[in-house]
Amino acid sequence: MVKNSFIFVLLLGFVFLFFNLFADFSGNTELNGLAGHYAESAHKEVGAANLVTAVIVTYRGLDTLGEVTILFLSAAIVSFLLKIETASTENRKLRATSEILDTASKILVPVIFIFGIYVFINGHLTPGGGFQGGAIIASGLVLILLAKPLRQISQRLISIIESISGLSFVLLGVAGILFAAGFLDNKILSLGEFGTIFSAGLIPVIYIFVGLKVGAELSSIIANLQENQNEA
Amino acid sequence: MINLLIAIVIGILILIMAIVAIHNKSLVIGIIAAGAVSLFASILYLLLAAPDVAMTEAAIGSGLSTIIFFYVLNKIKRQNG
Repeated sequence: MVKNSFIFVLLLGFVFLFFNLFADFSGNTELNGLAGHYAESAHKEVGAANLVTAVIVTYRGLDTLGEVTILFLSAAIVSFLLKIETASTENRKLRATSEILDTASKILVPVIFIFGIYVFINGHLTPGGGFQGGAIIASGLVLILLAKPLRQISQRLISIIESISGLSFVLLGVAGILFAAGFLDNKILSLGEFGTIFSAGLIPVIYIFVGLKVGAELSSIIANLQENQNEA
Repeated sequence: MINLLIAIVIGILILIMAIVAIHNKSLVIGIIAAGAVSLFASILYLLLAAPDVAMTEAAIGSGLSTIIFFYVLNKIKRQNG
């Protein structure tokens, strides 16, 4: 009873706080300094039609590197923890996959992979980018594992893709220091014509590597959790 | 105006799904309700003109993390019984 009334009082307090926030809220009529600078000069400085991508990959490229590193660390920790407890080796009896799931996975998996690749290659033109494309590719892998639970996913291939794309991402960033204005600057390649696929300098290249890296990391988490996978 | 109404309805749905996820005794229903929270949240982001965030939320929040929760639930069930 005391506990319930305490929760009630706490909720009332939140209502009071948030109502004050809501009552005082008035939308900005114009962009503030930094956002205004991005919106006005990004298409000249960076050449990406998608402003979000311009901010994520060039202006705040170092943050993206940090995010990818965090994702790499969590994937590594998952595989480390799951490796400690020795996987139960007895083969349990699996229910047969339903016909619908089996057929649908054969048709849908290539389409999902192509859509994921489309999302990260067109990251500088349309909504989406490396993270989204990588997550879509990993969900295609989930569909494969749901349809065929006994199928082996090569951890070696995943780790090779992951390391090569991570290394290329950092090397391209360092190349930005040497040949352009700074770390992860995109003007190594020419900016090209605004709004076409070969534009925005290095952004599509970087997003391809980010997409492959994120896809490989999320796939390795999924493949590690899936039982019946042989180690290494 | 119609967007505001849809946003309010989606917000209420998110709250209902979150309460279901916390208070339901069945873990499976809880996981599905938590995935539904993410799905409605991604629709809300789309209405608020943030398609990039909406794609991330739909793919990771309601897709991958739901699957990961199910894998972990399966693992725990097998170890306990």
